[in-house]
Amino acid sequence: MSADFQHRHAAHCESGTVANLLNHHGLPIGEPMAFGLGGGLSFAYLPFVRIQEMPLIAYRVPPRAIIRGVRKSLGVHFRIERFSSMAAGEARLDALLDQGQVVGLQTSVYWLPYFPEDMRFHFNAHNLVVYGREGDEYLISDPVGEHPVRCHRDDLNRARFAKGMLAPKGTLYFPTAVPGRDIPPKAIRQAIHRVAWSMLAPLPIFGAGGIRGLARGLGRMDRGKPDSLRLVGHIVRMQEEIGTGGAGFRFLYAAFLQEAARPAERPALGEFAERLMDIGDGWRAFALAAARMVKGRDPFDPPALAEHLFALAAAEKGFFTELKAAVS
Amino acid sequence: MDVQDVPQDGNATLGGHRKAVYARGAGGAIVAVESAGWEAEEIVTLQAVDVFDAYAKAARARVVAGQSSPLEYWMYARRMDIATFAQSCGVWRWRIRRHFRPAVFARLSPELLSRYAAALGVSPETLRALP
Repeated sequence: MSADFQHRHAAHCESGTVANLLNHHGLPIGEPMAFGLGGGLSFAYLPFVRIQEMPLIAYRVPPRAIIRGVRKSLGVHFRIERFSSMAAGEARLDALLDQGQVVGLQTSVYWLPYFPEDMRFHFNAHNLVVYGREGDEYLISDPVGEHPVRCHRDDLNRARFAKGMLAPKGTLYFPTAVPGRDIPPKAIRQAIHRVAWSMLAPLPIFGAGGIRGLARGLGRMDRGKPDSLRLVGHIVRMQEEIGTGGAGFRFLYAAFLQEAARPAERPALGEFAERLMDIGDGWRAFALAAARMVKGRDPFDPPALAEHLFALAAAEKGFFTELKAAVS
Repeated sequence: MDVQDVPQDGNATLGGHRKAVYARGAGGAIVAVESAGWEAEEIVTLQAVDVFDAYAKAARARVVAGQSSPLEYWMYARRMDIATFAQSCGVWRWRIRRHFRPAVFARLSPELLSRYAAALGVSPETLRALP
């Protein structure tokens, strides 16, 4: 069985999945609005949390925070289910699909065979939509893919029940009550306020302070150690490669601010969007400089990269201070 | 970034896929655009892939030299480090490291071998040897 589902290509898996599910349930919402209402933008640098030998660096909020934020802002109810056994999770998914339900899933990236080989890493908080099944093949709308794909039952089961950090435990979800199409202006302003507040946290691991913390770490780095270049590449991967819409979600959030200006009743947000696009260009310049050093086209110069990051930290601090004032 | 500046470098790492990137279009509206990739991304993706390829290659050499077991090779071939692998199969790290010793690995119980094999997505027979 397959439901009539419209696949739409998105930059990021969680905001794309939420937006596409809500559209299916009659709430016209784009990825930027879902990302913004979910308060998706962030920055975190946790040098003491190591994943695959690299420190945790994120340009976004933790997994599932976007769903939670959208739920809160819009008053949408999602039913979220987790399973203790693969058999139970598989049976429940099949039953929902047979009822014509379109279902969001949390999965591992590594075990999805339709992903390009070089993009398959052990990240357990990927999101996608299943909209039907034909025999042992699931019909999948993966928002970061251009087109819908198919995935065999055994592969999807493995991806849904991968173990380790952020283990999905077969998590599936679908909206049960979707309110009208009007988004309350206050909800949008509050979502922006939350992001600005967290970006200004007075800690060296989150927000603008986290960017400064990372810059300090980069500046202190021993350029002779092979791990140093690996860290530089890792930063750029987290910023660009893993479905961020460019510049570590800054371009995506700018799209949201632009769209939000009218419904939030704050026309100035349009100018903030422009400014954030410029900050995003700064992040892209940093990524390019870093990648050239990784490739050996430019000499490896950690202090120069650190300078880039200090400038970006200062720009974001100023930006979010004013943004916070604009929505207060 | 403006729409006409969105890189279309045709990254090999994307395997022919395109990704969505947000950029400023004509009239200033920020929209999603298909991108065939950016070389800067390709460089860092390949760097991350190469790290695990190099680990797997080194492990293979150790297995051939009788200094390690195929378990170590397969772990790296599946792009896992020992922390990730320990979490995926639910076995302590020191125990896994012990099973990297060829003599200990040869005596492994069928239960533990299938547990490792399941976490790595291979059959127990495949796990016993190098590919």
